[in-house]
Amino acid sequence: MSTAGLSAADMAAALRRGEVTPGQLLDDARAQVQRLDGALNAFLAHTDELADRQAQLAAQILRDDPAGASALCGIPVALKDVLCVEGYPTTAGSHIIETFRPPYTATAVQRLLDAGAVPVGKTNCDEFAMGSSTENSAYGPVGNPWDVERVPGGSSGGSAAAVAAGMVPISYGTDTGGSIRQPAALSGVVGFKPTYGRVSRYGLIAFASSLDQVGPIAHTVEDAAAAYAAVAGNDPRDSTSVPDPPDDPSAVLKDGVKGMRLGVPREYMGEGLEPGVRDRVTEAIAVLEGLGATIEEVSLPSTDLGLSTYYIIAPAECSSNLARYDGVRFGRRVERPSVTDTLLHTRDEGFGTEVKRRVMLGTYALSSGYYDAYYRRAQKVRTLIAREFDIVFASVDALVCPTSPKVAFTTGAIQDPVEMYLNDALTIPVNLAGLPGISVPCGFSDGLPVGLQVIAPRLRDARVFQVAAAYEAATEWHLRRARLAAA
Amino acid sequence: MPLSEDEVAHVAMLARLGLDDEEKHKLGAELDHILEHISALQRADISGIPETAQVGNLVNVWREDEPAPSLTEEKALANAPDTDGQYFRVGAIQE
Repeated sequence: MSTAGLSAADMAAALRRGEVTPGQLLDDARAQVQRLDGALNAFLAHTDELADRQAQLAAQILRDDPAGASALCGIPVALKDVLCVEGYPTTAGSHIIETFRPPYTATAVQRLLDAGAVPVGKTNCDEFAMGSSTENSAYGPVGNPWDVERVPGGSSGGSAAAVAAGMVPISYGTDTGGSIRQPAALSGVVGFKPTYGRVSRYGLIAFASSLDQVGPIAHTVEDAAAAYAAVAGNDPRDSTSVPDPPDDPSAVLKDGVKGMRLGVPREYMGEGLEPGVRDRVTEAIAVLEGLGATIEEVSLPSTDLGLSTYYIIAPAECSSNLARYDGVRFGRRVERPSVTDTLLHTRDEGFGTEVKRRVMLGTYALSSGYYDAYYRRAQKVRTLIAREFDIVFASVDALVCPTSPKVAFTTGAIQDPVEMYLNDALTIPVNLAGLPGISVPCGFSDGLPVGLQVIAPRLRDARVFQVAAAYEAATEWHLRRARLAAA
Repeated sequence: MPLSEDEVAHVAMLARLGLDDEEKHKLGAELDHILEHISALQRADISGIPETAQVGNLVNVWREDEPAPSLTEEKALANAPDTDGQYFRVGAIQE
């Protein structure tokens, strides 16, 4: 019987009982990828040699020191294609660095390698992580395992689909405005965005540096907690890295929510929510109340400014970060007689439409004459939004709300950029304030998964897991698998 | 106020994006639409509110300036579209 679709915790237990080897887990993962990826397009590259080497290393660690081995030792994982792995393709979903082979490995990836995790490949994503559907990849869209005609969400759509399809139990994505949580919600899996600075950004291809954060996608809260713990912690190579050691989420997973005060932000339950999403989330909140949490309505009045603030700050940072793609040190170059024309054509041919749109928007917001009205103002509103979270966290321990206003939509259905941006309205404020947030499956609307979002104060990553684990233990949504994933 | 064609061309040049006329027209209209949507920002009361550039509250993260191994010349040049073996090679900037 194939191990594909098991949780990482179940795989780890089977490894320790000697029922399977890391090599067998890898074979099963590869077979599942082989069987399903023609329909899904979740992977952009396979890291075969590295995976074989890691499976051998994991077998050795499990032989020599089974008690000391990481929870991820021998576990197949997938990496969003914005994380650098030395020597392997890292395209960020873009043509402009199609041939790039990173000369070094990202810190988060190195920690996984040291732990004996087995990376099977690099996952598809929106170009430079800009999007909410993975339709902006230069290498084609990704199918949602629950309905391949629909998007898996984005930008970490390949990572979410790879877990939802049972190819790997754990994948890593990045979340700048919701790009882990929203695809997790739309794909029926768990997705966690850590407090800004908990996971090193060294070796992560930058989109918006003050917002980007690496985090895991998994079937269960327990797996997500272990996957987070494996990569979290200070890194001297990232100057925005949090200096103090991360709190251990595994210690509080069974603590429950009895006596906990949970806030429901009124603005997150307002207009724009699909009725099915509202119903499932309302039911999920009732479950938490039944477990002994106190539920109270709270207000984050500037929520509706979050999207506007984000669509100045993120494009501004991206326009600066993407200036490096000039065809000089790496990536594609479209040669023209003059240096300026070479630059203009290299970037015009190398970047896709959404990237150009955001580079233009960011350049405009930072340009002379508009800086004060847009960029400086957005940075001030960012302060307002962060302060409002501080105020509500003085009276509640965590917030519970929908992750995405809608369930997975049909590929190609949303053409208007602003309508697409609205998909992230409920995840963006969390990035602006640098908070930890998780999405956990909380049921279905018309057969498509709905996600419950849990948000906690900065550095209280463990509390997010505690609330999510309590909800998960009381429900069975996390055990549901897409029909396509079943062998 | 919609962006003029000249403004779109100016921003595209600042961003070093060699857009053709059709792209300029399309992106210009889309930027107008996005800017209109985010004009809500202009209503926010931000008097006396400081700017947030980053949320980590970290200030001046230093390390000792100690020599350590870094990328070799070979690795650093390996991804370049053009080199002379020691340096990145680009077209002449001045005639």
